[in-house]
Amino acid sequence: METLLELKQATKTIQNDSDSDNTILDHVDLTIDKGDFVTVLGGNGAGKSTLFNSITGSSFLTSGEIKLSGKTVTSMQEEKRARYIARVFQDPKMGTAPRMTVAENLLLALKRGKKRQVLPRKLKEQREFFKQLCASIGNGLEKHLDTPTGHLSGGQRQSLSLLMATVTQPDLLLLDEHTAALDPKTSKKLMALTNRIIHENDLTCLMITHRMEDALAYGNRLIVLENGKIKLDLNKEKKAKLTLEDLFVLFEEEKVEPAV
Amino acid sequence: MLVSAIAQGLLWAVLGIGIFTTYRILKFPDLTAEGSFPLGSAVAVTAIVNGLHPLLAMLLAFAAGMGAGLVTGLLYTKGKVPVILSGILVMTGSHSVMLFVMQRSNLSLLNFPRVYDVFSFLPNYFDVVVVGLIILVGVISLLLFFFYTSLGQAYIATGDNENMARSFGIQTDRMKIIGLVFSNGIIALGGALIAQNIGYADVNGGTGVIVIGLASLIIGEVLFKEVTLGERLISIVIGSIFYQLLLLGVIRLGFDTTYIRIYSASILAVCLMVPQLRTRLNLGTLMGRED
Repeated sequence: METLLELKQATKTIQNDSDSDNTILDHVDLTIDKGDFVTVLGGNGAGKSTLFNSITGSSFLTSGEIKLSGKTVTSMQEEKRARYIARVFQDPKMGTAPRMTVAENLLLALKRGKKRQVLPRKLKEQREFFKQLCASIGNGLEKHLDTPTGHLSGGQRQSLSLLMATVTQPDLLLLDEHTAALDPKTSKKLMALTNRIIHENDLTCLMITHRMEDALAYGNRLIVLENGKIKLDLNKEKKAKLTLEDLFVLFEEEKVEPAV
Repeated sequence: MLVSAIAQGLLWAVLGIGIFTTYRILKFPDLTAEGSFPLGSAVAVTAIVNGLHPLLAMLLAFAAGMGAGLVTGLLYTKGKVPVILSGILVMTGSHSVMLFVMQRSNLSLLNFPRVYDVFSFLPNYFDVVVVGLIILVGVISLLLFFFYTSLGQAYIATGDNENMARSFGIQTDRMKIIGLVFSNGIIALGGALIAQNIGYADVNGGTGVIVIGLASLIIGEVLFKEVTLGERLISIVIGSIFYQLLLLGVIRLGFDTTYIRIYSASILAVCLMVPQLRTRLNLGTLMGRED
């Protein structure tokens, strides 16, 4: 299997004036193979978001190394890494430009990692493609190509964010609890769509989720983070044997620990 | 008097459009304007006094404003100085730059050519109206062209949702610098136009211009809601003219012009409160009532 992402002794410490230093990621070693669909579980403060931020470059590691397709990207800027890495956020407001229309947002996404020049944007030439793309997800988004995304529902915005993240088939897709802000029905639909897009495009994906059912049902690998460390790393076979009860027990234990 | 107010409105609209490109699109309160505007005046007047053609002088003014914007942009993006402070620093510093350029605090254009002379065969004030319209058509067309290029879309996205823009590989710092550079270039061009209209440049000519620019913008938005980008730029021009007419009205009512700035500020304050008043009293707009 070809290795896509490699974290070596990844550590993130936040300096605290009044308190002792707070270690959010603690010497994490993690290797993700091309084509992996990894679900990531962990309680609050386990380091899930920091892990993602370090991978995308929206924050930098205190020490350690990150490699993407064999290339060291530890100190590469987020804008540069964006060429290879796509991300969908939890908050539907975060994934799209609210005053720009659906089509304009998709056009921005289509230029991921490319030079943006002082040449006409050529939206008309892409309209038909965008229409088909939006129609493929079946929630009527294709009727709103010219609607500012700020006027869309949360579910529509998240599915648009997902389309925008995946339209250029990035090397790595990061999903940060992207269904958490939606109602159960919409959330379920988006999760099914996510799974379909990932498989159709053979994407490599890391998905943070707080829904244990989803963590079990989707993906071929499961990671549990706790206190900045990988507590559990299950491959496809072990994951298949895991039950919801096992996971509940795992997280019950965590709760007993005193809150710091 | 009426034509004079309209002419004034057209010239000041250039400033309003400059402010719009940062204040509304990037959501920056950029105070550099109070430095780049009089800097544009100073550079243009000095150039004309030294024998340059008024059009060339205006080009120099535009470049000077771009320089001021560039300094603000670098302070903000590379130096991580908060944007308001960056603007204040450049505004303060440009005072000395103006003194250096003019070698005095006030320079007159008396008996020197002005850009309006081209249309001197027109009746009084109409020459200014024509020049103002030509410049506005030019500036608005260029801006609209830019906004609908790939780079322009990236610029708008940066102001709309910076995190999202960065996650798609848009170099947001570069976008902010571009915005500040061109915004202040346009503002300085406005300064050059006004200086040629009133006939002099003064190092203190920038005090309160942000209020005038914002007033055009806000009045335009109060009058016309939910419009396209192009219509929005035109609404600023209408807002600017409207504002000059309001000022004219205030003066006609017999208020002492010595205290003109408090009238300016009051008009803007009222306009800023209109959205609030409108929801309270359920008033409509010119473009219809909101449900």
